[in-house]
Formats: sequence, structure tokens, C-alpha cells
Amino acid sequence: MSGYYPPEFADILRENFPDAVQEVIEFRDQITVVIDRDWLIEIATFLRDTEGMKFNYLSELNGVDYWPQAPRFGINYIFYSFVHNHLIQLKIFVDETDPVVPSLTSVFPGANWPEREVYDMFGVRFEGHPDMRRILMPYDWTGHPLRKDFPLGYEEVQYTFNIDRIEANKPTPSADPPQTGTE
Amino acid sequence: MGVTGQETKTGESGFLLTTLEQAVNWARTRAMWPMLFGLACCAIEMMATQASVHDISRFGMELMRASPRQSDLMIVAGRVSRKMAPVLRRLYDQMPSPKWVLSMGDCASTGGVFNNYAILQGVDEIVPVDVYVAGCPPRPEQLMHGILTLHEKVQRERVSDWATWGALGKQQPNNNA
Amino acid sequence: MDVTRVNLTEATDIESDRQTVEIALDALRGLVTPRAFTGDTMLLNMGPQHPSTHGVLRLMLELDGEEVLSCLPDVGYLHTGIEKNMEAKTYEKALVMTDRIDYLNNLGNNLAYSLAVEKLAGLDVPPRAQYLRVILAELQRIASHLVWLGTHILDLGATSLLLYCFREREMILDIFEEVSGQRMMTSYIRPGGVWYDVTENFVPMVRRFLWYMPRKIDDYERILDENPIFIERTKGIAVVPPEKAIEWSLSGPMLRGSGINYDIRKAMPYSSYDHFEFDVPTGQNGDVYDRYKVRIEEMRQSLRIIEQAINNLPGGPYRSENRKYVPPPRSEIGHSMESLIHHFKLWTEGYRLPKGEVYVRTESPRGELGVYLVSDGGTKPWRVRFRTPTFWNLQSISWMAQGHLVADLVAIIGTLDVVLGDCDR
Repeated sequence: MSGYYPPEFADILRENFPDAVQEVIEFRDQITVVIDRDWLIEIATFLRDTEGMKFNYLSELNGVDYWPQAPRFGINYIFYSFVHNHLIQLKIFVDETDPVVPSLTSVFPGANWPEREVYDMFGVRFEGHPDMRRILMPYDWTGHPLRKDFPLGYEEVQYTFNIDRIEANKPTPSADPPQTGTE
Repeated sequence: MGVTGQETKTGESGFLLTTLEQAVNWARTRAMWPMLFGLACCAIEMMATQASVHDISRFGMELMRASPRQSDLMIVAGRVSRKMAPVLRRLYDQMPSPKWVLSMGDCASTGGVFNNYAILQGVDEIVPVDVYVAGCPPRPEQLMHGILTLHEKVQRERVSDWATWGALGKQQPNNNA
Repeated sequence: MDVTRVNLTEATDIESDRQTVEIALDALRGLVTPRAFTGDTMLLNMGPQHPSTHGVLRLMLELDGEEVLSCLPDVGYLHTGIEKNMEAKTYEKALVMTDRIDYLNNLGNNLAYSLAVEKLAGLDVPPRAQYLRVILAELQRIASHLVWLGTHILDLGATSLLLYCFREREMILDIFEEVSGQRMMTSYIRPGGVWYDVTENFVPMVRRFLWYMPRKIDDYERILDENPIFIERTKGIAVVPPEKAIEWSLSGPMLRGSGINYDIRKAMPYSSYDHFEFDVPTGQNGDVYDRYKVRIEEMRQSLRIIEQAINNLPGGPYRSENRKYVPPPRSEIGHSMESLIHHFKLWTEGYRLPKGEVYVRTESPRGELGVYLVSDGGTKPWRVRFRTPTFWNLQSISWMAQGHLVADLVAIIGTLDVVLGDCDR
């Protein structure tokens, strides 16, 4: 994907929104602009409407948990332009003490379900979202699975060396008792 | 423990009842209708088994009934997530006796590749399973072998499993055949 | 660890969840029309298990007689936690799980993940591997479209086409089995190239398929194109205007059926797709019929790409020679100490990728499949996120189904080409 992230856009954003842009990351030909969360709607509208940019398509919206780094959550937005065939990535850092981000559904209705998924998996709430509910987990599930302090929840695999210990812990042992030793 | 004294003595129920057994079991295996319960990737292989090249309608499974009230066999094809587990149990309860469960694939039998918070580690945690078919996903030939094994198991069923007062009250057993 | 189950209720604070549940119940009132609360309209649950299978999708419908007023999809019945599970495995082992995300596009998922790992690592891919990847990805696209066609038409009533489509699909699965030993979950495309070189039977099998398939696609068109029942059930259904398609982030044939000429293989070519000539089919009206035509034509264009690739298949290595990431062949280990050390390190702890984040976009049969890979410099991925097309396409069903009959709903689910593994991961 080289050459599809024009670097001049980061400077244009810095000029027009000097308080919003915190940092610009360049890695493997990708440009990421880290912005302040209150400026999201304005910057997204600016990116969509300005000539020469015309980012009219939301390509990706996801969340990443950077625990134990603070601020903990990073929400990434990747916009694409059909007119000019280029991409740009915005990033918002959110702390776990105040995990609220303005919702992008007023500008891009296609952000509806992805924001619900970020809420479900990380616990970051989106203000102004028409339907903030869990989407992938059952509706009465507690916890946010993709957080780093949420356990994977795996069952220990039963081999001959640990089968007795596992069976002793189970509420209802299996119907055929395991054949250990020589029988 | 048999229906008649004859069975307790010799192990077989005598001429009349064994013929009845054989007839009933023959009828059950020759037109066993599976319920559409394709969840994930194994469903595609189940569809491939149903379709042209490998064809299980030659074994009597011509149609797949979507309604649990009209089906005999539940082929759990695919991974069962925790959100889906109560639905599966409810559908199993809605099936009328006699019913059998075939657990297709590794995810339905043991949880498969996925050992985490979201996947049931084996569908036998919630329903009693008769035959397990291994594979990820099992080839159509493997699934057919599993179905034929189930047919053999049904052939070995006894009158005492379903015709006693005790059996009428309980659900389809894990047949100790 | 000595317990088999972890107590999940203590994992995080419950207070914030309780608060959100109370807010959400009120917000649900906005999702259905006010007539639902007076009993004027009927609420019907098209449950997770229903005949127009396509997986476990639950739709909650509000019906006025036979007409759908609102449609609320409920997904998550196949949520597998693949993304979290991949964080617990090394990069190479996590590749095995990618097959199972979109289970009709196994090689496509492998390809997207491999491209992300290669971009982050700066790994090169030899030309032979790139051409092989193109051939297999296009074969996978045809196989996926065949399943789509079979099940879509089965739902609309023509059952025999399912049998024809699966007969052709068996030929493709035979090719996959020839190459990797497995019909579906091949894990054949790996970071650096492909797993192993193709056998000598591969090229004749692909050529035979290329000779056999075009007539079959003509057969399908002949059965369906002017069939009055099919036209009646698909023309004018679920019309998607192009502006709305862009707003709602639709991708793939959903976009192309509305007239937008966009294909990631053309716009941002990956894996040497720019070496091949092919057209991008588009529709005019954006209804179910146009999307059907688009997908049929895509199958033909895929055949065209495969033909060009197989005619110009270069020789050379099938996987990168960078031993920091790619294990050495067995023959080398016998006489080279470095190979043995590389083999040992790769198999015990796996390779490390530099710290950073990348996003890679590919074109799956359903739309834009993207992988967002975050690495912290360790041997296991920090976060692997799959931007799956079905998840983003399926949210549109709430406005696409409004005003249509329940019978059209099956056509709409079919035209979206939903694969629930892709949606729920």
C-alpha cells in the first residue's frame, strides 16, 4: 500500500486544527494522525468535504488495548477516498477512567456496528450512538473480552498425567472413567 | 433386566420381539431425517455431502427438515458458541423421540481449535451425543461413515430401551449398545 | 492452573454494565415503529436456526401483515473469540485460525493475514509465490461464488442449481486437496510465500478446470437470466442507491451492483494483481438481479485471471529465503549450522516482528477484507483485527428490508452474501 497515504494531509490537518492534532506517526508508508477526541466530528467532516481530500468512505473502525500503557485504549479510524484513491488514519487515545468518545454515526452511518463492537469488546462508550448495546456477546454478559486483563478462558487439555486432578475438580465426572495405568 | 423372562435368561427377547426389534430399527435407519443445524464451516461440508457428488439421499436422508418437530437426527455441524448453547438445547428438547445426535467435526466434539471464553468445549456438555465424527472439517466420506456407524448403532437397539414404562418417561438414552 | 473454568463475573466492574443496560432498553424504543407498542404490528423472530440457513443469523422483524416495517439483526451466535485467541499464539500458529474466520474464503483470509505480517516485517515474496497466491485466491473466489449461487437460488426455490454448483465446487476442492492435502482449511498461504511447491498434477488440473468451467457458467445464466420467476423475485428488490452504499460502508458486489466501479485489486493492487488484465463488472440499478449478474461476471473474470497466471507461471523459490521468518528446508538442516539454529528458534519461540501497526486491504468475494495488525515487538501478535466485509455489510439490512415482504427477505439475505463466521469471528 505504498504511496496511498499522502503525507501532506497531516500538515493540512495541523494547520487547520492546531489544538486537535497531538502527534503524527509514519510507519511503513502509513500516516496516522493522533487527535483529541472532542475534535473527531469536525475533523471527519472536514476530511469528507474538502476538495483534494474527499474522504467519503469509512474503511475501518477498531479499538486496541495498550494496557499497561496509559492512556489505555486506542480507537483507530481509517478513511478512504473514492475520488482520489488515498487513505488516512486517525487515532484517538482514551483512558479507562473516562472511556467515552463521540460517535461517528452522524457523519458516516456505516460506523454503527463497528462502534457497538468496540463497546462490546473494550467497554468504550460512544456518545450519540443510536443503539449502544452489546453485539457479539450475549446481552447479559459481564466483562469486555478483548481487554488485556480479561482471561482467555481456556480449559486445560486432559492428558494422562493430569486427568485425575481434572476429574476431581469437575462437578460431574465423565461417564467412562479414564484408563490410567495398566488395565 | 429385560422385558420378558426370556430376555433375562438368554439375552434375546425371543422370536416375536426380536423380529419386532429388527423391523423397527430397520425402519428407523432407512429414513432418518436430519435437522438443519449447520452452524459454521462443517455446514458447508454437510451441504457438500447432501449435494451431487457425495450423496446421502441414497442412505435415506433425502431431505433436511428445518423444523425440529419433523426430524430424527440432529447433526451439530460447527462450533457452538455460548450465545447459541441455550438455543441448541431448546431445539433438542423440541425434537420428538426417537432422536439421535451426531456431533460433526472437532469443534462440536471437543471445542476444536478454539479453547477460549466463547466456545463450548464439546456439544456433549449440553446434549447427549451418539456418534462423534472427527475432522476439521470432516470429509464427506467421513461424515457418511459416521452416519453409517449411527445406523449400525440404531440396529443394535433393543425393545427394552423404548418399550418399558421406565423408558417412556425418560429422554433418549445414551444407548449402551 | 488447577481449575478448568475461570470465574468470569469477577473479571471487570459490573456497575457500568448495569447502567448501560438501562440506557439501552430505552434506546430500543427508537428501533421499531411506534405501532409496535400498541399491538398494531406483529413482532416476529426469525430465529437463529431457520431454513434459509446461511449460518446462525437472527432477525427480529416487525411486520404489518406480510410487509416488513423494521428489521433488527442480532448477530453473535457464532462469535468464536478468534481475535483474542490469536493473541495467545505465535504468528505462525495463529495463521491456522485465520482459515476459519470466513469459511468460504479460506485462502483469502490466509492471504490477508500473510500480507499484513509481510508488510510489518518487510518480508519479500518471490514472484512464483505471488502468482500461485493469485491463482489460488481466484479459485477460492469462484468456489465461494458457487456456494453463494447455490444457496441463494435454493432459497428462491430452484433446488437443482445447488447440485450443479456443488458439482463444480468439488473440482476446485480437488485442486486444493492436490496442493495442500486439505479441501477447505488449507493454511497454504503463509507469510513469505506459500507452504510448499505445487505438485506436477496442479497445472493440468487447473487447465482442465479452465476448459470445463465457462460452459457451466453459461448454463447457469441460461437457466436463470430470463426465468420469469427469478426476475419477478429479484428485480427491484433491495435497491441500493450509490450514495447510500458509500455512506454505509458497503463493499464488494454490493457497491459494484450500484454502479460504482471499484475493486481493491485494481485500485490498490497486492500480490502482483497489476500484472493481469481483467474487467470489473458493475450493475446499474443496485437491485438483487444486478448483484447476481455482477457475481456471475466476476466468476468469468476470475477464470480469465487464472488463465493468464497459469500461462506465465514463473519458476523459482516458492517461499522467501529470509531464514529469520521462514523455516529452512529439511535437507539444509543436515549440513548447515545456521539452518539448524534458525529452525530451532522458529519452532521454539517463533519470530519477532518490529513494533508498529499496519493495515492491509484485500478483496474477498464478499467485499473489503482488511487486517489491522499491531505488534509490540514480541513473538505473539498484540492485536489482530479482521475488518470483515459481512459485518459491515449486514448492518444495512435494517434499511434495505424496509417495505419488502417476508418472502423478499430471503432474497435480501442471499444477495448480501452473509457468512456468519465472517460477521462474528
